[in-house]
Amino acid sequence: MEQITILEGRQKQIFEKKNGVSQPDIACDTSSLSGSVSQRACVFCGSRVVLYPIADAIHVVHGPIGCAAYTWDIRGAVSSGPELHRLSFSTDLQEMDVIYGGEKKLYHSLIELIGQYKPKAAFIYSTCIVGLIGDDIDAVCKKVAKESGIPVLPVHSEGFKGTKKDGYKAACHALMKLIGTGSTDDISKYSINILGEFNLAGEAWIIRKYYEKMGIEVVATLTGDGRIDAVRRAHGATLNVVQCSGSMTWLAKEMEEKYGIPYIRVSYFGIEDMSKSLYDVAKYFPDRPEIMEAAKQVVSDEVKTLYPSLQKFKKALTGKKAAIYVGGAFKTFSLIKALRSIGMSVVLAGSQTGNKDDYARLKEMCDEGTVIVDDSNPVELSKFILEKEADLLIGGVKERPIAFKLGIGFCDHNHERKIPLAGFIGMYNFALEVYQSVMSPVWQFAPRKGGTL
Amino acid sequence: MLLRHTSKEVKEREGLTINPAKTCQPIGAMYAALGIHGCLPHSHGSQGCCSYHRSTLTRHYKEPVMAATSSFTEGASVFGGQANLLAAIETIFSVYEPDIIAVHSTCLSETIGDDLQQITRKAKDDGKIPEGKYVIFASTPSFIGSHITGYANMVTGIATQFAVSTGVKKNQYNIIAGWMEPSDMREIKRLSKELGVKIVLFPDTSDVLDAPQTGKHVFYPKGGTTVAELKSAGDSLSSLALGSISAEPAAIALEKSCKVPFETLDMPIGLSATDRFIMALSQTAGVKVPDEITAERGRLVDVMADMEQYLYGKRVALFGDPDQLLPLTEFLLDLNMKPVHIVSGTPGQRFEKQMRLLLDARSPETNFRNGLQADMFLLHQWMKNEPVDLLIGNTYGKYMARDEDVPFIRFGFPILDRIGHSYFPNVGYSGGLRLVEKLLSVLMDRQDRDALEEKFELVM
Repeated sequence: MEQITILEGRQKQIFEKKNGVSQPDIACDTSSLSGSVSQRACVFCGSRVVLYPIADAIHVVHGPIGCAAYTWDIRGAVSSGPELHRLSFSTDLQEMDVIYGGEKKLYHSLIELIGQYKPKAAFIYSTCIVGLIGDDIDAVCKKVAKESGIPVLPVHSEGFKGTKKDGYKAACHALMKLIGTGSTDDISKYSINILGEFNLAGEAWIIRKYYEKMGIEVVATLTGDGRIDAVRRAHGATLNVVQCSGSMTWLAKEMEEKYGIPYIRVSYFGIEDMSKSLYDVAKYFPDRPEIMEAAKQVVSDEVKTLYPSLQKFKKALTGKKAAIYVGGAFKTFSLIKALRSIGMSVVLAGSQTGNKDDYARLKEMCDEGTVIVDDSNPVELSKFILEKEADLLIGGVKERPIAFKLGIGFCDHNHERKIPLAGFIGMYNFALEVYQSVMSPVWQFAPRKGGTL
Repeated sequence: MLLRHTSKEVKEREGLTINPAKTCQPIGAMYAALGIHGCLPHSHGSQGCCSYHRSTLTRHYKEPVMAATSSFTEGASVFGGQANLLAAIETIFSVYEPDIIAVHSTCLSETIGDDLQQITRKAKDDGKIPEGKYVIFASTPSFIGSHITGYANMVTGIATQFAVSTGVKKNQYNIIAGWMEPSDMREIKRLSKELGVKIVLFPDTSDVLDAPQTGKHVFYPKGGTTVAELKSAGDSLSSLALGSISAEPAAIALEKSCKVPFETLDMPIGLSATDRFIMALSQTAGVKVPDEITAERGRLVDVMADMEQYLYGKRVALFGDPDQLLPLTEFLLDLNMKPVHIVSGTPGQRFEKQMRLLLDARSPETNFRNGLQADMFLLHQWMKNEPVDLLIGNTYGKYMARDEDVPFIRFGFPILDRIGHSYFPNVGYSGGLRLVEKLLSVLMDRQDRDALEEKFELVM
């Protein structure tokens, strides 16, 4: 195939695993090179996705209309009750506001909104421009909080102030202000918070149910199907269980420092990691062995039905190759294992926001010849997909059409997944989706497979 | 009900926008730039802007959408984005190898005062633009206008920065496309060909955002107006601008820079607007309307006559973009339907006046609002007060349609949950037929669904 060049200055963020050769660490945690067709988003995006699932709060985007328009109900974070989070509120800043400041507009907007929707709290996101014109959103929030009697929380998410990860942190910062303000009476000693689970397609419900079956009380899910009152009492939990490395580790660390709540990192994707996430929690409560017994029961019940149902997929998919390019690196680890369990190998693994430790671990996990990338772009992705002859790409919205144009299968493991991929049932759904896409009859007509007229 | 909080009582709001019926300028600029062959749009701002625009366009077209970003950092926001843009231009030409980079600004770069003209000139002076390659730009501050404004600004940038007048006129006509779909642009080209008129259409996203599956990821698909065509636009005999908001500014600029006279028309959506387009093109070019086009028109009129009884008096709420709303409203009136509420987030007195003129003459009681606070929340409130039989608008209308239990036709941008708009035009007589078919389908499906058993009819 024709040679595709790698962007100069990007070489340190790409890496091919070769056994027996010592290789430098991958460069990551950097902002993208100017001029690259990066698949990454901004600080605001990071904050918005983390807080978005809190359904009984209003989320007000302080800035020009775009930031609110593009994030209006794009992430299928399901709520079992109120759905305020699915509406789009913006101060729609105009030229005059940019010149004279938008504080007044923000103030009036908030008063109007809180009057109309009676939310439990309000999150105010500052966008690029707010950082420049110097609106004191903290002061506005304080004033409105006082007048309305609900928490009004500024989220300092100016787009240019770092990467998406900094946005996660800004969101966690706002959450920290809420945590500790509710009553912790009646919370069991055998209790956890679920962190970094956003209830896409109802995944948090599945996970929560497993823990509850084990006799564990889930105090708060941060932030899937989130409620302000639950967040406020999250400090009453005994253990924080953190999924999704990027978004919530910071919050877990803060809570450990401030409230002495330890945390463990888990993943709910694939049989192996899902089971481990139940066992690890059970291990934390050794004084009550019933919990471990129950965990074993849950795993055994689930696997008993799941395992046989996977064999059909495994038979068809064995030997097929996958490329993974997702937001957080932690997800990549689970996906590699999950793919292996249905007979597939991984030829490309990458993320938008992984850190040094993530990539070191990734290097360890991957087979020889696997390409590892940080903050990739469509040119690189297509190049490696074709070179490594991948049959499947796992990614997000911008990667999907690239996979299809190249004539390979695709699985959305990002915002746009419509069926739960977490939990044991999620593993079945995942395998089904991969199978259905990779084995689709459409690929016989795609030129890559020689299907021209 | 998702929108259960929407109150019936309409109150004036101070600043707040709820469920916007518009988005910001840069995405329009990006879309327009994709209609130039070999062009990579470049967003001069934070990384998120570019990512959001690409995601939205990808969701709308189910196609890869390529664009680069200056990736602003805190430093750039303090010291200006010149260094970022210069570095970006160098990187893009060496790695992604486009023929053209089309830079648009964002709220961030506008507010810190980056001057795109000055920076791109510096890039040229510093030798960062290879021979035969181009960097064009448009200023698209997000805090003014809407996505339509951004589209118009980029199209104007394309017209002024490419077209040259050699002094020798060419026997061709410019058609400046307002914001329409690739399918619409394809149809405009087909109609012009049918008429035997040589045109330069720009921008032209057909064969870019409706590209075939080839087994390859092509960075610059085959479509798009070429540089040679764009340059020659300065020698064209005249221009037709399809849309007074999204296309006319480019025509005005072209008249100024290259003395190409222009005429502005509505986008040819529906019978009357298509008639005006065909007449204008045939008169300007001095050609006879061929029988095939007359027959196409005849088929549309025939269907309109056959089906009028089913459409008569149906009450419609619609929202969207100015240049599409005007001819669409006119078409609904031609079909004897009743536009009851019309909303557009795009501000502007020109549009307001045009719509008022149309409504005053043919439907004075219609509620109409555009600009600030003309959002879907307001439209929903109006619908609660004066119910309708049908809603027409982009995908975000589905919440209202569901809550109010009214049939819904997706029309405009973005359409995130259906296909079709890339492939089947809304413009021209065939586009009119498609619209009538859609209107009838949703209304008659509803009638069938709701009919009592004894009233459920085989022949409706």
